Amino acid sequence: MDFNGLFSNFGELTTTGLTQGAIYALVALGYTLVYGVLKLINFAHSEVFIAGAFAAIWTWSALGLNQDSVVNGVGSIIMYLGVAMVVAALASAVTASVIERVAYRPLRKRNAPPLAFLITAIGASIAISELFGIWTDRRPEGVPNLISIKPLFTIAGTPIRPIELLIVGSALVMMVGLDIFINRTRFGRGIRAVAQDPNTAALMGVNKDRIILLVFIAGGAMAGVAGLLYDIRIGALSYSVGFLLGLKAFTAAVLGGIGNLRGALLGGLLLGLVENYASGLIGSQWKDFAAFAVLVVLLMFRPTGLLGESLGRARA
Amino acid sequence: MSGAAERIRSDWRSVGERWRRAPKWMRWAVLAAVVLFFYALPNKEFYQYLGPIPTTGSNFGQVLFTVSIYVLLAVGLNIVVGFAGLLDLGYFGFFAVGAYTVAVLTSPSSDLKTHWPWLAVVPLAVALTMISGISLGTPTLRLRGDYLAIVTLGFAEMIRIAATSSTFLKGQRGFNQIPHPPGEYADGKPVFGVLDARPYYWLVLTLIILVVFGVRNLTRSRVGRAWVSIREDEDAAQLMGVPTFKFKLWAFAAGAAIGGLAGALYAGKVNFVNSQNFELLNSIIILAAVILGGSGNIVGAIVGGGLVAYLIERFRGIELFGWELYEFRFLFFGVVLVVMMIFRPEGLIPNRRRAAEFKDRRKEVSVGG
Repeated sequence: MDFNGLFSNFGELTTTGLTQGAIYALVALGYTLVYGVLKLINFAHSEVFIAGAFAAIWTWSALGLNQDSVVNGVGSIIMYLGVAMVVAALASAVTASVIERVAYRPLRKRNAPPLAFLITAIGASIAISELFGIWTDRRPEGVPNLISIKPLFTIAGTPIRPIELLIVGSALVMMVGLDIFINRTRFGRGIRAVAQDPNTAALMGVNKDRIILLVFIAGGAMAGVAGLLYDIRIGALSYSVGFLLGLKAFTAAVLGGIGNLRGALLGGLLLGLVENYASGLIGSQWKDFAAFAVLVVLLMFRPTGLLGESLGRARA
Repeated sequence: MSGAAERIRSDWRSVGERWRRAPKWMRWAVLAAVVLFFYALPNKEFYQYLGPIPTTGSNFGQVLFTVSIYVLLAVGLNIVVGFAGLLDLGYFGFFAVGAYTVAVLTSPSSDLKTHWPWLAVVPLAVALTMISGISLGTPTLRLRGDYLAIVTLGFAEMIRIAATSSTFLKGQRGFNQIPHPPGEYADGKPVFGVLDARPYYWLVLTLIILVVFGVRNLTRSRVGRAWVSIREDEDAAQLMGVPTFKFKLWAFAAGAAIGGLAGALYAGKVNFVNSQNFELLNSIIILAAVILGGSGNIVGAIVGGGLVAYLIERFRGIELFGWELYEFRFLFFGVVLVVMMIFRPEGLIPNRRRAAEFKDRRKEVSVGG
């Protein structure tokens, strides 16, 4: 136990934890949305995330950037980020809706048991991940240096970098947007209705299939943006990183209470912090261990997560 | 459903029907022939007549050993998933516990320096995995369905990370010179050597037969009926007086013990264990194998485990249009899973009662869906 390491780097660990947690939270939203409506662990969501992450990199290389190029000027940085963000969100949303149409919808029509859904999800996840692996020759791809890593200002001795502000900021904006979308709009009402009781919602004239597709698209777009943020944070992307990240994001969703949007945010940030504090305390190779240990312990005492499951009951 | 598919389906059913109606001696004779076939399989004098079945890219005996380990794991996981209906996504973790127990207690590179013989450690490894199954199950089996799935997945990851990161478990450097199983031929050569994988395969095959016998008897006892009742409706089972928690724990422990046995056998064969042997994908492959074969049915689990492990190896060394097919093995695997769940979610050889449940479900199509 290295308490000195924890305390001397406390600020740094907190900012890293929050940035990482913001990405987890964005991906966790996709799990939570689908789980809230379909009661299904969408294992393939990690590959939805990867699709967005690759789409961002390929957009930049289509715009003439490679991993060594340095971009100057705030205007062009915003342009590059904005274009890639839109493309990444689109790519992920399309991937998610293709998975729903090709893999899940036929199962719903046959009223298949939950286990069949889970295996389908795993199959789709493996197949898509392998497609990306074969496509990229199983080699990692580099990311252009869009945002400087020089600290912008310091809070209590902890440097805050623009990259961290961007990640946490855009994650928060996306989440507030999603929250408003679910709780205030007509489509959101449809989603909540289907989450509460699919059959009654269908009888009341809600088009169930369209709502489910919408849920996949919304979750996919979030994951796409998370993919882009992951790219600029890590600086490289390999086809196989989706699995662990997806697992962590799912853990985050369960921590907060799966099916609960605000729970996903809380769970994501908490998981990011726990991981980083643990790596300060007992070494960075143990940080994933700590994340899962927290999950196991928490589920023993609060079997439905911190905030409980409640997409349907949120603002009923 | 098209006519052809329906016809194949009904032909398949009538095979099952005929099998159940066949006299007992005939069933035993067929079973004996099948067992004999699998004992003879790794011999070149036999498999050279089998056309495309032997693998081209790697030693066939070696492949058969891998396949047999997967079959043993599938039989074990089938107890947990197929009979008790508990979704365990981290089953390979128990395999790791078994393999590491053997490695730590026998290998000269271990810090303990105990140098125990392999045979003495195997029962210990099985017991230890059983205990680890119980200690994982006690807190987590109160959770249901998806939560249990994620916790078991987390458990397997924790074991893998512990193996990679702790100095006691040696990480990637691993343990070497793990002793082989004992035994010598008349001329003094060891039965379980380095080059010939066949004796290991025969050993695992024999153990599979014993385990299957045990599991079959268990599932036809009070324990097995309790498992099935929990799978079908846990609340109803509890109400009828089945101590559900106790039997779930039993299923977990039995499954874990078989996983540990497989791990111990594996360690004795490869005599080198490091953290790279325990990727998470393996847990998922075994789960998929059980479901593909037909969960809840021992024969289904055996066929599923064998087929999946064999096909993955079969792709090695085949080229098509200049592409190495082995590169695409998991892509095919994923696509097969998706297609299979759409057209035959009950698995290749389903349990009869389960197949009936599936048929019932298909009729109750939900509103607007």
